[in-house]
Amino acid sequence: MAVGKSVNRVDAMAKVTGRAKYTEDFYHPDMLVAKYFRSSIAHGRVTAINTKKAENLDGVHAVFTYKDVPENKFPTAGHPLALTEDHKDAADRLLLTRDVRFMGDEIAIVVAQNELVANEALKLIEVSYDEYQPLILPEDILEENARQIHEGSSNIVGEHTYTFGNDVDQAFEKADHVVEGSFRTAMVQHCHIENHISHAYMDDLDKIVIVSSTQIPHIARRIVGEVLNIPLSRIRVIKPFVGGGFGNKQDVILEPMVAFLTLKLNGRAVQINLSREECIIGTRTRHPFYIDVKTGVMNDGTIVARHMDAISITGAYASHGHSVAAAGGSKQSSLYPRAATSFHARTLYANTPVAGAMRAYGSPQIIYALECATEDAARKIGMDSVEFRLKNVARQGDINLLSGKEILSCGLADCLIKGRDFIGWGEKKKEYEKFKTGPVRKGLGLACLSYASGTYPVCVEIAGARIALNQDGTVHVMVGATEIGQGSDTVVAQMVAQTLSFPYENVLVVQAQDTDVTPFDTGAYASRQAYVVSNAVFRAATDLREKILDHAAVMTDIDVAGLDIVDGNIVDTRKSAQVMDMKTLAIDSFYHKERGCQLTAEASFKATTNAPVFGCTFVDITVNIPLCKIKINRMISVHDSGVIINPVQSGGQIHGGAFMGIGAALSEELLIDPKTGYIYNNNLLDYKFPTFTDVPPIHHDFVETFEPTSAYGNKALGEPPVISPPPAIRNAVLDATGLCINSLPLSPHTLFTAFKDHGLIDEKGGDNV
Amino acid sequence: MKMPVTLNINNTTWNLDIDANATLLEVLRNNVLNQQSVHRSCEEGECGACTVLMDGKPVNSCLVMAASAQGSTIITSEGLMRGDELHPLMKAFVDELGLQCGFCTPGMVMSAYALINQWEDEELSDMDIRKAIEGNLCRCTGYVNIVNSIRRAKQAKDAGNWW
Repeated sequence: MAVGKSVNRVDAMAKVTGRAKYTEDFYHPDMLVAKYFRSSIAHGRVTAINTKKAENLDGVHAVFTYKDVPENKFPTAGHPLALTEDHKDAADRLLLTRDVRFMGDEIAIVVAQNELVANEALKLIEVSYDEYQPLILPEDILEENARQIHEGSSNIVGEHTYTFGNDVDQAFEKADHVVEGSFRTAMVQHCHIENHISHAYMDDLDKIVIVSSTQIPHIARRIVGEVLNIPLSRIRVIKPFVGGGFGNKQDVILEPMVAFLTLKLNGRAVQINLSREECIIGTRTRHPFYIDVKTGVMNDGTIVARHMDAISITGAYASHGHSVAAAGGSKQSSLYPRAATSFHARTLYANTPVAGAMRAYGSPQIIYALECATEDAARKIGMDSVEFRLKNVARQGDINLLSGKEILSCGLADCLIKGRDFIGWGEKKKEYEKFKTGPVRKGLGLACLSYASGTYPVCVEIAGARIALNQDGTVHVMVGATEIGQGSDTVVAQMVAQTLSFPYENVLVVQAQDTDVTPFDTGAYASRQAYVVSNAVFRAATDLREKILDHAAVMTDIDVAGLDIVDGNIVDTRKSAQVMDMKTLAIDSFYHKERGCQLTAEASFKATTNAPVFGCTFVDITVNIPLCKIKINRMISVHDSGVIINPVQSGGQIHGGAFMGIGAALSEELLIDPKTGYIYNNNLLDYKFPTFTDVPPIHHDFVETFEPTSAYGNKALGEPPVISPPPAIRNAVLDATGLCINSLPLSPHTLFTAFKDHGLIDEKGGDNV
Repeated sequence: MKMPVTLNINNTTWNLDIDANATLLEVLRNNVLNQQSVHRSCEEGECGACTVLMDGKPVNSCLVMAASAQGSTIITSEGLMRGDELHPLMKAFVDELGLQCGFCTPGMVMSAYALINQWEDEELSDMDIRKAIEGNLCRCTGYVNIVNSIRRAKQAKDAGNWW
């Protein structure tokens, strides 16, 4: 049984030895490098550009500007093609732009023999601008006479409203209490360790080959074709090992440009390898949100009504745009399905770095506000925070009123109980009663989460798998599901091993993606892969298993009903005896002159279900008032992600997500000058994501349910762990200090302001407590 | 401007003609030495993805001018292998699933190797591990399984399984 075992990753050896090839490791002897010339202002229009000096520099092969690129605007979001207008992404981007919309916008590009020359050439480009006032804050962006960042947009990318359940206004009227709060989340960045990198070349007169660190090879191929107006079959995208993505590579960022450049340069290989600084400001970020929440609650602890109003800032270009607010907002109906709920959200352009997909896609913002508001409501009626959640959260059999689907598996209540017991909720609450005054205070907090296992019914959910029996009795598996570090190749191998009854070691997953070869799948996002691919893998593996047994029956003259595969060998079940090993069968299938054939199976599958997942985080903290510092003493995240295919690897996903959540809660924030749009901390020294010593040992646990719509009972896990830590920490700060600090991150800067405003420390930072 | 430099890399001595302004990272990654385990990321000493051992000490190879490494001994994670055999430290990372995307892994391995090599006490606490290699950033793992890997590697060394 391979499913449920903590087998080693299929790619562990390659990665630990350094032999795994990432995009930069593909060497072309004559490869040129390209570097963007980026704007030094946040908002304006280029009035003149002179590239002559740069072009004349020794070693420069070409300089292209906004004058040289195709005029058709394109969307960059890594979504499957939408066949209906309502789900199409905003097409608002050109390969290079004359209109500058954020500091770092791409105006021109230099192609040179190496990076040194390219950087020198950038200094020789002369540009002048008409400068406009940067629009950074919502009130300025929405001001009546504000300049339109994209003509005709009114600076709004999208807007929508939904309601579910009983009449929301009536429910608020009936509520014993109405609790209100306003919340703000910060612009944070993915900071995958491998920056964005792509190169392209033409392998003959026709075909453009793009090697790229991407989460979405098949989508990248389609969008490159659209941008350059060339048939999709002329474009081949290869995805080698990827050094992390977290959503930032669910966007076509470099692929259209490298394809454009190689076309312009007679097929010569051209690479763009962004620097860390470019990666932070010039790729994608997480949308900052401004959220107002109103909660109607009864004295018995029932949440009866909820209203949420959200503003999401997408920055200079739409990228994933309003989809992020829409997706985040929709999770309310699976977390608190019984409260009458209304939701309104708008997504705005701004002269800031572009926001796109980032781990959990809007849910960290929405659920942060939701879970802070839920805590405030519990306190309003004086009910224990855990009991309050247990009374209100989703349970198996509830109907998700937005999707109209029954929640078929839900272990959230058990997650809450496990988390409560681990953290020692009752005893600690008592112990910490004496730490509510003075300079050192202690508190407990929790927050719940819900997420989905894909994008259906908003987008198509399609996955493919192909399995072939090798002559040595092993199998090779090809999937379109895209390994980016999360471990999807490993769980695919486990699923195949499970269904074929093969030893895990005998299942070999083809690691690189190649759109000319690998089955179609839309890629790594929405925590969809293990869930959606499960049914494709199961179908292909079941088919191959039948073919293997049929061939065994032909070879042995034993009735197929009496044959089985056990640990990779053919067994006569009636005699409980091994008949032959898999290699013997495979050799016969390949080389016997009259019978057999190469045994392969393939399946492509569309999921029309979308299983909700659940979880919670409990945290125990100390707040040092004079130092304005939060120390996490203990933390646990407990998840219901259905059947856990690989417990240790899944634990790693929780640790990584929770760690990213801690960063967002305590220190991570891109700082933008509200007057100029200048980004102060575009590097890993000043952008503080946690180091080894900044985070505590993160604990995790599972409540395993069986999700019947997945072939192996599994549900999403990749993104959800990032969601619940920030509200849990905010709620613990409230428990410790009595203060609702509703803005992320809870950095010393934020805490200082809050403590000063509430008189806990004076102007000079001296404590009054 | 080119200049000659002699480096011993993973027990092979190289006489190289390098660009005077090249970093050790660039020279190690170039098409002569081809040390692809040395990963380029921030290129300013913040992330540790390009960590190698220089005369036994872990350095960010992006911050070392190759010219200044003249005469030194460099070990990259390629150099920890014994033929096809994984170094016990690497095996610990495999067994504890101490990696996800793998991009920080070779640098992490080199910092951990330096730590365990020079650690003389019997006791190596988790906090000792965290402090010693906090210069290496990882965005995938939350560090938990990496600490587990290094703890296991220390046990391997204590059991005499080390080189």
